[in-house]
Amino acid sequence: MTTVAAKPATKPATMAQALGRALRDSMAEDSSVHVLGEDVGALGGVFRVTDGLTKEFGEDRCTDTPLAEAGILGTAVGMAMYGLRPVVEMQFDAFAYPAFEQLISHVARMRNRTRGAMPLPITVRVPYGGGIGGVEHHSDSSEAYYMATPGLHVVAPATVADAYGLLRASIASDDPVVFLEPKRLYWSKADWNPDAPQSVEPIGRAVVRRPGRSATLITYGPSVPVCLEAAEAARAEGWDLEVVDLRSLVPFDDETVAASVRRTGRAVVVHESSGFGGPGGEIAARVTERCFHHLEAPVLRVAGFDIPYPPPMLEKHHLPGVDRILDAVARLQWEAQS
Amino acid sequence: MTVMEQRGAYRPTPPPAWQPRTDPAPLLPDAEPYRVLGTEAAGKADPGLLRRLYAELVRGRRYNTQATALTKQGRLAVYPSSTGQEACEIAAALVLEERDWLFPSYRDTLAVLTRGLDPVSALTLLRGDWHTGYDPREHRIAPLCTPLATQLPHAVGLAHAARLKGDDVVALAMVGDGGTSEGDFHEALNFAAVWRAPVVFLVQNNGFAISVPLDRQTAAPSLAHKAVGYGMPGRLVDGNDVAAMHEVLGEAVARAREGGGPTLVEAITYRMEAHTNADDATRYRHDDEVAAWRDHDPVLLLERELVERGLLDDDTRRRASEDAEAMAADLRERMNKDPLLDPMDLFTHVYAEQTSQLREQAAQLRAELEAAAEEAEAAESAKGETR
Repeated sequence: MTTVAAKPATKPATMAQALGRALRDSMAEDSSVHVLGEDVGALGGVFRVTDGLTKEFGEDRCTDTPLAEAGILGTAVGMAMYGLRPVVEMQFDAFAYPAFEQLISHVARMRNRTRGAMPLPITVRVPYGGGIGGVEHHSDSSEAYYMATPGLHVVAPATVADAYGLLRASIASDDPVVFLEPKRLYWSKADWNPDAPQSVEPIGRAVVRRPGRSATLITYGPSVPVCLEAAEAARAEGWDLEVVDLRSLVPFDDETVAASVRRTGRAVVVHESSGFGGPGGEIAARVTERCFHHLEAPVLRVAGFDIPYPPPMLEKHHLPGVDRILDAVARLQWEAQS
Repeated sequence: MTVMEQRGAYRPTPPPAWQPRTDPAPLLPDAEPYRVLGTEAAGKADPGLLRRLYAELVRGRRYNTQATALTKQGRLAVYPSSTGQEACEIAAALVLEERDWLFPSYRDTLAVLTRGLDPVSALTLLRGDWHTGYDPREHRIAPLCTPLATQLPHAVGLAHAARLKGDDVVALAMVGDGGTSEGDFHEALNFAAVWRAPVVFLVQNNGFAISVPLDRQTAAPSLAHKAVGYGMPGRLVDGNDVAAMHEVLGEAVARAREGGGPTLVEAITYRMEAHTNADDATRYRHDDEVAAWRDHDPVLLLERELVERGLLDDDTRRRASEDAEAMAADLRERMNKDPLLDPMDLFTHVYAEQTSQLREQAAQLRAELEAAAEEAEAAESAKGETR
């Protein structure tokens, strides 16, 4: 839990600022932490997350690399082999694909293939997801690809405090972490005091963002605020929805999720990546396996359509919004329907 | 003033930002592969070094034949032989100091062995035992790499990190001719040159990527020429001439250590055996080509030189042969024992801490193993009763 000291005042901070602060604090605390990527130096990253790091720590600690994602991650592997803790930036979700081979063939399995002799503490920051009007290849939700690769942790914060706490935990982790930053939440604000003691919780715990009794919305990353909004709207229909923010897709917090669904008896998984072969299928299966006798209705999924990410003028039809979530909630009245 | 009015005064000029980044001339490889054996340069080579190289070549050749025999006995799942390429393998290992790092590909078991790794540990990947049978940090040898060229950026990152820490460590990364077509080859060379990382890239051009010949792989004048495009020197060397390999790689390592940046070395060599035991080389190459390379064999080249200079007496020859046989006998004996593997290790090294998902799966496997053990025990005691 976050412990906030009484004295220092909190003020509004954006998620991007909290992420930058997490990088800065990690670098200040541990000289083996190095940031590298395209445009992370003078520009401060295209989303300004790395703003000021080169100035404070020098070009050797926060390095503008040649434009090559496989090279960025591949050299990070070698740096980690020599005892550094690289944090690499992939700039945009779909730009990370050239680095897939390095991620899957080396980063994810170096600990395993060397029987524990050579863990790779690498954090791969991937700004991900839609809703910011990005043109083609700037809005993919690629979490299912990462989730399907044993050896990787996959993390997605949804709040300003979690952006800080989870990024600190990811950098401190001795295992590789794919850190998914919801682009459309970069400018979301919260009262946050960076100078207060922060919680840096171990990766892998879900939290209940809003308690409820009628059904559970299971979600993460950019869909968390949408689900919270849907839960507010559902009150008018007499539904009291619980919202579980997964925060970490790998490892998956079966316990928190199952406990919630056992309480409510109904569940909807919400995410913006495509539904077919997506995270929702895995989550629904896990919930069904654990909660079958508590379920009053099938576990439903509200996901992006099974289409390549649409052009920005049409993305509002693709992204799961409040209405689509409420429609699914209505369908949870299974007895009445069948 | 319009362009029309300006016409008389117009002088073509380069765009404002243009200037040559590097003078390409010193980076260009020589037209002919560099050779030492059989040339005047051989006279300057240290006799002690040549004898050492001879013993290593004989041992390396014996290792290749022994490992190939082990595939036929089913003791190795696969063995990509480096017979014919021993000079490259041995030179690559011997030019490095203990603090330096070697980044081998799957064909470079012999380089790993020459660097001092136990012969059985070097073969765990190929026998189907755990993928890497040694601690890379302890030996400064990266895991044998099966995907092509993906270990090259690792070498660059490691060398870069070492330099940032103030250590004068050099990384030597090995790749085949086919691997030079991969994107990771390009990215690694580019990063290394931009960062002036202390790395030596050794391309063993053995003529074929499985069955595809070099002229289907590249249109470059030579693979060494590729260096120029990155701003690093390219060196072309006779890969079967172990003295030349030792000299050229040694220079590249020294240059890297002194802060001179990376070098690309192309070794012209030939793979005498098939790609692996699963491949049929007669489908894609002619016997006369193989025969020509047999006359240019790395062991033969050095032997001729040593005999010519009176450096190879019967005693030296016999000792090298006996050492090689002892190594082969030891390898045979130890490889003919089934390795003891613990199935529970499947879950031990996926993450630093097991996830709850893996703990559940580990419990499942443990129960399966216990049930199987009980069943075997019951069957054993039943057998005893019927006797």
